[in-house]
Amino acid sequence: MDWRARLTGWLLLGLVRLLTGAQARWHGCPPKAEQRIYFANHQSHADLVLIWAALPQELRSITRPIAARDYWTTSRLKRWITSAVFNAVYVDRERKGDEDPLQPLIDALASGDSLILFPEGTRGFAEDPQPFKSGLYNLARRFPDVVLVPAWIHNVQRVMPKGEVVPVPVLCSVTFGEPVRLEDGEERSEFLVRARQAVMALRDV
Amino acid sequence: MRQFLRNLNPDEQVGLLFVLLFGLLALASLGGLLMSLRERRQGETDPGASSRLQGYHQVLRNSWLMALVFWIGWAAGPGVANLLFGLVSFFILREFISLSPTRRGDHRSLLLVFFAVLPLQYVLVWQHRLDLLTVFIPVYAFLALPVASALGNDPERFLERNAKLQWGVMVCVYGMSHVPALMLLEFPGFVGKSAFLVFYLVVVVQTCMLVQHLVNRRLSKPVAPQISLAFHWKGLGAGLLAGGLTGVLLTGITPFNPGRGLGMALIACAAGSLGHLVMKGIKRDRGVTHWGLGGRAVTGASGLLDRVDALCFAAPVFFHSVRWTFDL
Repeated sequence: MDWRARLTGWLLLGLVRLLTGAQARWHGCPPKAEQRIYFANHQSHADLVLIWAALPQELRSITRPIAARDYWTTSRLKRWITSAVFNAVYVDRERKGDEDPLQPLIDALASGDSLILFPEGTRGFAEDPQPFKSGLYNLARRFPDVVLVPAWIHNVQRVMPKGEVVPVPVLCSVTFGEPVRLEDGEERSEFLVRARQAVMALRDV
Repeated sequence: MRQFLRNLNPDEQVGLLFVLLFGLLALASLGGLLMSLRERRQGETDPGASSRLQGYHQVLRNSWLMALVFWIGWAAGPGVANLLFGLVSFFILREFISLSPTRRGDHRSLLLVFFAVLPLQYVLVWQHRLDLLTVFIPVYAFLALPVASALGNDPERFLERNAKLQWGVMVCVYGMSHVPALMLLEFPGFVGKSAFLVFYLVVVVQTCMLVQHLVNRRLSKPVAPQISLAFHWKGLGAGLLAGGLTGVLLTGITPFNPGRGLGMALIACAAGSLGHLVMKGIKRDRGVTHWGLGGRAVTGASGLLDRVDALCFAAPVFFHSVRWTFDL
């Protein structure tokens, strides 16, 4: 990591902490350096930054957020921040040709990285998260040893609502819950509903 | 002794004061340590006692924190002191807003509060604009904020949202900024020593809160149990007594005579204690008992506002009482 990325990361972390506190609350599992997929509700572009800032330093370096290619690569700055600072994995939200859109995630998991995933696929504006897309299920089936940690990001939509550019200082927290396992022979839709409920259950702890 | 104190220059006097303050705090911490050791020897039979002891430790920690902030502020000069108080304002307002129901239409007024009103208020203090700083928020900001909200085009709970925002600004920015503003008051024959006034206010109010805390835990039947389980008239009386006495004892470092010292101390203590009760009411309205809840709060608030709310209410009342009494 070059010094500019390091400095930017450091400044960004300071800014996020000053504005939101970026408090991590570990409820169902301790912060531990094992291979994990963190999956969370998605309400704002700041989600990615917030969950990145909430992780402890040692985990942050081995955890890669997923960024939508169509949003995060539109300008050079966005691309540089996501690739150099966050070390993000880009995914296409639209399927292009024959390529499996999950392939970059599979590569990242195969090389031992942890991931931050927003299984809703897009930002939601309702109280409850939208139904989860099947990517989480496919990854869980393919990598049964990776621990799936649900997370609830609290309040972040108030920091920067859609269409606003300047963030307001509001305290936010990320609650990490008890890991979810894909049971033997569990149906796709059943698992996705269960995973979504695991995320929503963290809202009130 | 008296002669020795008189011969010191103002800076040396303030320095001596901090030495005394930190000495007292060290003694109190030592006492707390001994108490917890004794408790450990007695075994963990009484969970109530250990939670009370925890309360004592918390109050003590707050006092250390405040003393440190004041010391840094005094040592580094008024600019830094203002910056420190401004930061405290920012953090407590952030805690307050996090638990207030704001909607998307409030975004612009929140920006206005955090990035215009708050810094401007502290710039006014820094620039010694004594008259403007006392009216800037209640007159100008309170008219501008609802305008920004109205332009947000959202009528849902409009009055409630604006009222909560204004209260937050009033307590967290206006109230807090009057603590450093005390240093602007220029008493004849008291030049360079106005830091004593800040110290006086903080010590008197903290003593009153501490004594109330200690007395209240021995009392039952609170006055307003729905609002606060720890508010009793007797406790308030004891707190006022202790605060008043401390005020009289400390008049030597202020421009007050003992009678005025007593009056000022009582005013500050009453405003602080009752303000603390009001903040309890606001917290209950939001469904929490503390802003912080010891780090377990869903917002992750550290509870700084729990610790300084009495001061936020006491400071403006004290400031203006002093100003009018002395015709400054």
